[in-house]
Amino acid sequence: MAFTFAAFCYMLSLVLCAALIFFAIWHIIAFDELRTDFKSPIDQGNPGHARERLRNIERICFLLRKVSARAALVLPEYSIHSLFCIMFLCAQEWLTLGLNVPLLFYHFWRYFHCPADSSELAYDPPAVMNADTLSYCQKEAWCKLAFYLLSFFYYLYCMIYTLVSS
Amino acid sequence: MSAPAGSPPRAAGARSQPKLGGAAASGAAAGPGPAPPPQNGPAQNQMPVPSAYELYSQSYSIPSGHHFQGPGKMTSLPLDGQCGDYYSGFYTASTQNAVTPKTTHQPPGAEQVYGRLLPAPHSAGSTPECFQGAASPASHLYVSASQPSSSFVNHYSGPAMYSASSSAVSQGFPSTCGHYAVSTVSNAVYPSVSYPSLPAGEPYGQQMFTSQNASTVRPVRDNSFSSQNTALSRPSPLPPPPPQQYHQQHSLSGYSIPSWSASGPPSAQDNLIRNHAGSLPPANNNPTNTVADSLSCPVTQNVQPPKSSPVVSTAVSAASSARLPPTANHLVEPVASVTQPSELLQQKDMLSSSASSPAPDPAPEPDPSPAPVPTAPQPSKVAKPFGYGYPTLQPGYQNAAAPLHSGGQPSPGYSGFQQYAQQYPGMNQLSSSLGGLSLQSAAQPESLRPVNLTQERNILPVTPVLAPVPNLNLELKKLNCSPDSFRCTLTNIPQTQALLTKAKLPLGLLLHPFRDLTQLPVITSNTIVRCRSCRTYINPFVSFIDQRRWKCNLCYRVNDVPEEFMYNPLTRSYGEPHKRPEVQNSTVEFIASSDYMLRPPQPAVYLFVLDVSHNAVEAGYLTILCQSLLENLDKLPGDSRTRIGFVTFDSTIHFYNLQDGLSQPQMLIVSDIDDVFLPTPDSLLVNLHESKELIKDLLNALPNMFTNTRETHSALGPALQAAFKLMSPTGGRVSVFQTQLPSLGAGLLQSREDPNQRSSTKVVQHLGPATDFYKKLALDCSGQQTAVDLFLLSSQYSDLSSLACMSKYSAGCIYYYPSFHSTHNPSQAEKLQNELKRYLTRKIGFEAVMRIRCTKGLSMHTFHGNFFVRSTDLLSLANINPDAGFAVQLSIEESLADTSLVCFQTALLYTSSKGERRIRVHTLCLPVVSSLADVYAGVDVQAAICLLANMAVDRSISTSLSDARDALVNAVVDSLSAYSSTVSNIQHSVLIAPSSLKLFPLYVLALLKQKAFRTGTSTRLDDRVYAMCQIKCQPLVHLMKMIHPNLYRIDRLMDEGAIHVNDRVVPQPPIQKLSAEKLTREGAFLMDCGCVFYIWVGKSCDNTFIEDVLGYPNFASIPQKMTHLPELDTLSSERTISFITWLRDSRPLSPVLYVVKDESPAKTEFFQHLIEDRTEAAFSYYEFLLHIQQQICK
Repeated sequence: MAFTFAAFCYMLSLVLCAALIFFAIWHIIAFDELRTDFKSPIDQGNPGHARERLRNIERICFLLRKVSARAALVLPEYSIHSLFCIMFLCAQEWLTLGLNVPLLFYHFWRYFHCPADSSELAYDPPAVMNADTLSYCQKEAWCKLAFYLLSFFYYLYCMIYTLVSS
Repeated sequence: MSAPAGSPPRAAGARSQPKLGGAAASGAAAGPGPAPPPQNGPAQNQMPVPSAYELYSQSYSIPSGHHFQGPGKMTSLPLDGQCGDYYSGFYTASTQNAVTPKTTHQPPGAEQVYGRLLPAPHSAGSTPECFQGAASPASHLYVSASQPSSSFVNHYSGPAMYSASSSAVSQGFPSTCGHYAVSTVSNAVYPSVSYPSLPAGEPYGQQMFTSQNASTVRPVRDNSFSSQNTALSRPSPLPPPPPQQYHQQHSLSGYSIPSWSASGPPSAQDNLIRNHAGSLPPANNNPTNTVADSLSCPVTQNVQPPKSSPVVSTAVSAASSARLPPTANHLVEPVASVTQPSELLQQKDMLSSSASSPAPDPAPEPDPSPAPVPTAPQPSKVAKPFGYGYPTLQPGYQNAAAPLHSGGQPSPGYSGFQQYAQQYPGMNQLSSSLGGLSLQSAAQPESLRPVNLTQERNILPVTPVLAPVPNLNLELKKLNCSPDSFRCTLTNIPQTQALLTKAKLPLGLLLHPFRDLTQLPVITSNTIVRCRSCRTYINPFVSFIDQRRWKCNLCYRVNDVPEEFMYNPLTRSYGEPHKRPEVQNSTVEFIASSDYMLRPPQPAVYLFVLDVSHNAVEAGYLTILCQSLLENLDKLPGDSRTRIGFVTFDSTIHFYNLQDGLSQPQMLIVSDIDDVFLPTPDSLLVNLHESKELIKDLLNALPNMFTNTRETHSALGPALQAAFKLMSPTGGRVSVFQTQLPSLGAGLLQSREDPNQRSSTKVVQHLGPATDFYKKLALDCSGQQTAVDLFLLSSQYSDLSSLACMSKYSAGCIYYYPSFHSTHNPSQAEKLQNELKRYLTRKIGFEAVMRIRCTKGLSMHTFHGNFFVRSTDLLSLANINPDAGFAVQLSIEESLADTSLVCFQTALLYTSSKGERRIRVHTLCLPVVSSLADVYAGVDVQAAICLLANMAVDRSISTSLSDARDALVNAVVDSLSAYSSTVSNIQHSVLIAPSSLKLFPLYVLALLKQKAFRTGTSTRLDDRVYAMCQIKCQPLVHLMKMIHPNLYRIDRLMDEGAIHVNDRVVPQPPIQKLSAEKLTREGAFLMDCGCVFYIWVGKSCDNTFIEDVLGYPNFASIPQKMTHLPELDTLSSERTISFITWLRDSRPLSPVLYVVKDESPAKTEFFQHLIEDRTEAAFSYYEFLLHIQQQICK
């Protein structure tokens, strides 16, 4: 029973993992909102609705942008996850690190491989409504949610294990 | 874990093996580019195109069968002898082209329909006939049809559709009953096209004819045909003609008998009138009696179907016998015809037991029974009844047995069956059994005939390639949407995604939704009938379960027929929902009620943003623009609320106060370009009519105002921001004229082009935008219903790829005039002038949205064109113009096994320039097939190529050009290898393609040599980007000319096979293949590249031609730069000019004509379009085929 660095890492990860779960859920909701625009079918043709809808899409896209002063969701998520990896590297928790490395690489790839011209947005308002993109993003968000949930329990287990075993 | 692990490899895979075809086929699996943030988005620019513009008022009209208008060029289709004979003999009998279908149609019922529909435009000028539905014997009909039409003409005379409808409304037309405003048809574009050999009524003739083949496949000889015809045309005047019309409605008999008798008589009519409080306009009352008369006939007809069932079986057996020959070189035994009927009879039983009253469907066939029955057995004894399934419209299904299968399988077998199957579109429970039957038909249609590509030298047909006709039954075919507006790459939709993937063909739609139409039914109705769950508009392909309910053909929900819909105001009849024009036409336009608008419809607002820097003044476009505007000021589409404004800019922004009351225009200069503001809140956009004098003053002064400017900078970005501020309260159209790279303020751009890289074979960079300023601005504009149209008139690189974004995402259009100069380059100046004329006067729709719906099981994923995608199936179009085309990629999400038909519907909701909310609805219906061979049989190669081109543009922007080129080649390799693997009996060393795909490699090669995708040839970046923009937004017809130009020999134009347009004889020379081997020094050739015409004059060209047509004594005296043909008083000059004018009229972008002498330096321009030839950078066609073959064998 000792409070090692590894145990600390796991505790911190546990808290941050909850935040990541929140991000993932937020993504899912955002994409769902993008996908379903069926509040009132007759309203679809309205020019007024057009503006509102465009705003909505842009708002969501901007929230999902990579770098921003406020309300950016993508970068915090990526950085929190990278922080995990660094911590586990320091704590020499190789197995946990190994589990996280693929996602880390994916995040790097995602971050540096911009969709289009604009360097700022991870999601391009004109492109995001493409059904392919949208369903991809949705799947991505669901997968991440599952991954974070599993890792949440994994960290919980590991934290207790390290606390108990040492 | 799966996301991180799975996705990157997928993207990588897509990159390593680029496959556009695969991308389409497997949906998400390989969308253009790397997976997660794929391509640059579904927004591109559209290139509008002025030419066949008719007056606004004319384009709204009642169609009398609008399919009728398409076939402009059907003269010399590759008919083979029998067909030709048949047709000529056949049509000579017909007196007037419009009437010709009459003789063609066998089923008298159908004949009636046409009897009414077709003659109408010619006879009365206004054609409300179609509103009448089809109910009565021909003789009656004619009366009943023409009467109301004349009454309508009187009542709503004049071309003003709007006034017509509004007047009707103001008369207090019953609120519950739909009113059909009818406008006169003045057939502007195809006024009097007559074909000497094949009349204009062709498509119908063929289609009807086809159906006939299906039911009574007959031997091939002429005699039998003519006898057939006479025999069949006879029954038509018989008093009880078959209720063919029901057929169209997919079955109505179930309810019709009782209800008709109730509703038919005039009493019902009276009730109705009473119900509606006597508000019918008196003029409309005239037709009442005749309609009532005609109504009584259907009542008697309806009694027939039950009686006629034995006849059905015989008639059907004839059909089935023809369509079910199980093996290839096999005579269709009489035995077969005996056995088959039983099966079909079973079907029939099933049908009749099923709820939705299919019985009447077969019923029409029995009626002509006296005639067809005797002839019906004939086909069963004939060895090769193939051929007439699709006489001319679809070369694919044509005669001519496959050389490899010389026994020949009867193609009617193929087509016939499908037709039968599709008579029951709504009935899912049946389709599977029918589908099973369709598998039995081993018949091989002409479009499946294997073609050995490497050996067939003349693969290009000499006449324009026509769209294949979906293999539907005759009524559906007749009702189906015109291929000019709506095309699918596969006219036979595969049943499952697996099948589609196996076929390796792209699946998608090509749309031209706002096309100028000569005949369009416009419907004013208080309730627009739509499906309650999926909001589909009622269309010809829904099924009426009984009189009160209809079943949606997209989501299969059963909906109620509203009370109002029961009444057909045109025939003044009640209880015939299936005869309403909505259900009779696949292209209709509704005038929407206030439900469809949140704010009052916006007025037409036009803002011109003009570059007046030194460069612009030097180029001299202002004179041309102001002149065109002055000429067309009164023709700008709009009403009394139309507003107009001008902004000019160099390094500062100049606004013009044109408020009525000022003595002269007042210029307001804003020099703070970092924070643009509007100098006055109003009076910058002024009412066109109130301030017309001031506007004219300004336009007269503008060209000279900046002549001495020394300002070279261009603050385009701030000017656009100002324009956005000016437009945002109303929305409208911003036309931007720019002549150089924007160099000041927001959105400034640097030159990115490296001239040394122009002919690089490796990397082409900078295809994407340099900044997202223009995109953001366009999105803002789109949100405020403002479209930005860009006219780029530059002599140097201007970074079109960045500037184009302003139009791409705001649904604008892009015009590009490289090296524009008003005096040094007169051809470009003239082009600008012509295109401006078209641009300013063409129809325009504001604050539009377009929704595309498709049958459950299909889903759309990627859109191409200029727009902003607002929802997964909703495109936001700030403006819509008649020259905008769109493309959509489809994937099959669920198996379509339980349905035999799929439908696609686009609904375009827009505000017309007169301030009306209108909805234009197109519906396309296609059969579902379950075998790979059928999928190949139905390929529309032109549509496929256009879709591939769109995908390749996305791919080259998102990844790289070479990647896109590889993907194009892979598309051919994949589809051909997939095909050859299905054809087992052919040795794999030869390159074969189904006949439907035989042009596929040629077109792909043409794409690879197109400006957009070529490498190794010097191509300016802006030219390349512009070509890409055009690919994205041009409608299919124009895009095909751009991809694969047409070459004609014009020094020996003959009147043989010529068509007559507007009393002018237009010769129709055969299309030559694009190869230098076709050029002879003795000849002169015309190449039609869409936006450019070249006339190449050979060195030893006949002097008489040079003298008669070009106006010079001999070859040597022809000037190097010649862009006009003189109007000479010689026959050959007249012919040539009428031919060129005819070609020109058919397109929106005014083409420039260059006369190229054989030895002039300009001939390289001409020769680079000869795509079948080898260039130093690219394969010849034959080499390309060998390359593909190599790839397949690998």
